[in-house]
Amino acid sequence: MSRKASADGPAIEIRDLHKRFGDVEVLKGIDFHVDHGEVVCVIGPSGSGKSTLLRCVNLLEQPTAGRIVVAGEEVTDPEVDIDAVRRRIGMVFQQFNLFPHLTVLENLTIAQRRVLRRGRREADAVARENLTRVGLVDRAAVYPAQLSGGQQQRVAIARALSMGPELMLFDEPTSALDPELVGDVLAVMRELADEGMTMMVVTHEMSFAREVADRVVFMDGGVVVEQGPPEAVLEHPEQARTRAFLARVLDPAAAGSVEV
Amino acid sequence: MATLARTQRRSGLSRRQKTQLWRATQYAVFVAAVVLTALLADWSVLTENFTRPEYARQMFPELVTVALRNTVVYTLAGFAFGLVLGLAVALMRLSTAAPYRWAAMVYIEIFRGLPALVIFILVGVGLPLAFPGLSFPGGTYGKVAFALGLVSAAYMAETIRAGIEAVPKGQMEAARSLGMSHGRAMRSIVIPQAFRIIIPPLTNELVLLFKDSSLVLFLGVSLGERELTKFGRDLASGTANSTPIIVAGLTYLVITIPLGALVRRLEAHNRKAR
Repeated sequence: MSRKASADGPAIEIRDLHKRFGDVEVLKGIDFHVDHGEVVCVIGPSGSGKSTLLRCVNLLEQPTAGRIVVAGEEVTDPEVDIDAVRRRIGMVFQQFNLFPHLTVLENLTIAQRRVLRRGRREADAVARENLTRVGLVDRAAVYPAQLSGGQQQRVAIARALSMGPELMLFDEPTSALDPELVGDVLAVMRELADEGMTMMVVTHEMSFAREVADRVVFMDGGVVVEQGPPEAVLEHPEQARTRAFLARVLDPAAAGSVEV
Repeated sequence: MATLARTQRRSGLSRRQKTQLWRATQYAVFVAAVVLTALLADWSVLTENFTRPEYARQMFPELVTVALRNTVVYTLAGFAFGLVLGLAVALMRLSTAAPYRWAAMVYIEIFRGLPALVIFILVGVGLPLAFPGLSFPGGTYGKVAFALGLVSAAYMAETIRAGIEAVPKGQMEAARSLGMSHGRAMRSIVIPQAFRIIIPPLTNELVLLFKDSSLVLFLGVSLGERELTKFGRDLASGTANSTPIIVAGLTYLVITIPLGALVRRLEAHNRKAR
């Protein structure tokens, strides 16, 4: 599975991470890592801090305290060239965040050309290759508004892949989608995982976590409560908080009967 | 039900009848106002002073080749300068550096508050006194573009800032996550979207500038540099008849009415695109 066996240390390493929004401490000392080629799914109730944790990895949120090392670069070092580190980290957002004023192809080429300084021909070739991968090469010329949510998210994945990232961050990639559109997006992600991509996925898709993740991390109240292989965390959780969360997620109708 | 029945009995009219009565009253007041104005106005004097075809005819072709041309050139030059300055002020206003924000605020408050006329006098009279030997590139044209730009930049800065803030935060985040610098993300992703949003209000600003260009009057211009209002006024005082003023005024409408229609179309288009 290991795609970058040569790199030393984990792909993501986080030590004692704290994040505070005003008076609210969202992350209360997180230790966390993702190995090269590993797929880690982070689950937990809304407000548990899992998205904030993910957004700290590429510094979309500035940590209050703690140390984050990504692919050998310490992103919490004030001297770090964060733009250079972000080029190596692909990110997929809940709301897709495609650029609406650009065509699908241009969405995939603009950063290649402006950031990586690739020529038009090379950027176009890389873009088409990645669009083919997500099954949307025939929509290269249209604008994002003409695509369904599921198609937009697949384009967003292709956009991130076009930069040739060493690892990918997914922030609830299917939460904004109609249920019938979720499957195509998950299929693309599963394929990526099979190819050995290092992935950190914040998600509510328990079946995806069970089938694709190497490790599942359960967060609640700004701390990591429990982690381990999916069968352990999802089938035989040790902590009461994990059990309560899973009961609510797996059987929403019974939610009222389980108190946290 | 009881209340409703009582109300109906008191006025003796159904809701529909009331609506009709109200509408009839509105028409009557309107017609009365028009008739009264028409009766009270001294039409012979009006016709004599404002609609003499021979005075109108003598305005051509200079009305178009000189006056309208100059009005358009002044407006576009002022708009271009104002747009660049306005974008700079808007970006300063959004800067994380407090002194930039304050400078932008001061600029906006002063130049939005001062009458355009005062700004023209300051540029035309004040600047040459303050900086002897100062000459604008492009002569009068440069000076007018500068004055009009100062006036419009304050308004445009606020419009552009609103446009930038209307672009969802996720756009900047997506651009940054792809490794773009803040400036690159602004130029390639945020500002193009902001301008799409603010094209209608910017076109409105163009209409306002078009009219403000008449203040060139106060800068002192040569014959070849006259725009519509100055041109009309000069002819009016030369002939002791106000017809040229009316003709010059109508020429403004030839430009502003289509521009207004364009703004409405753009707004409708934007509403659909959302």
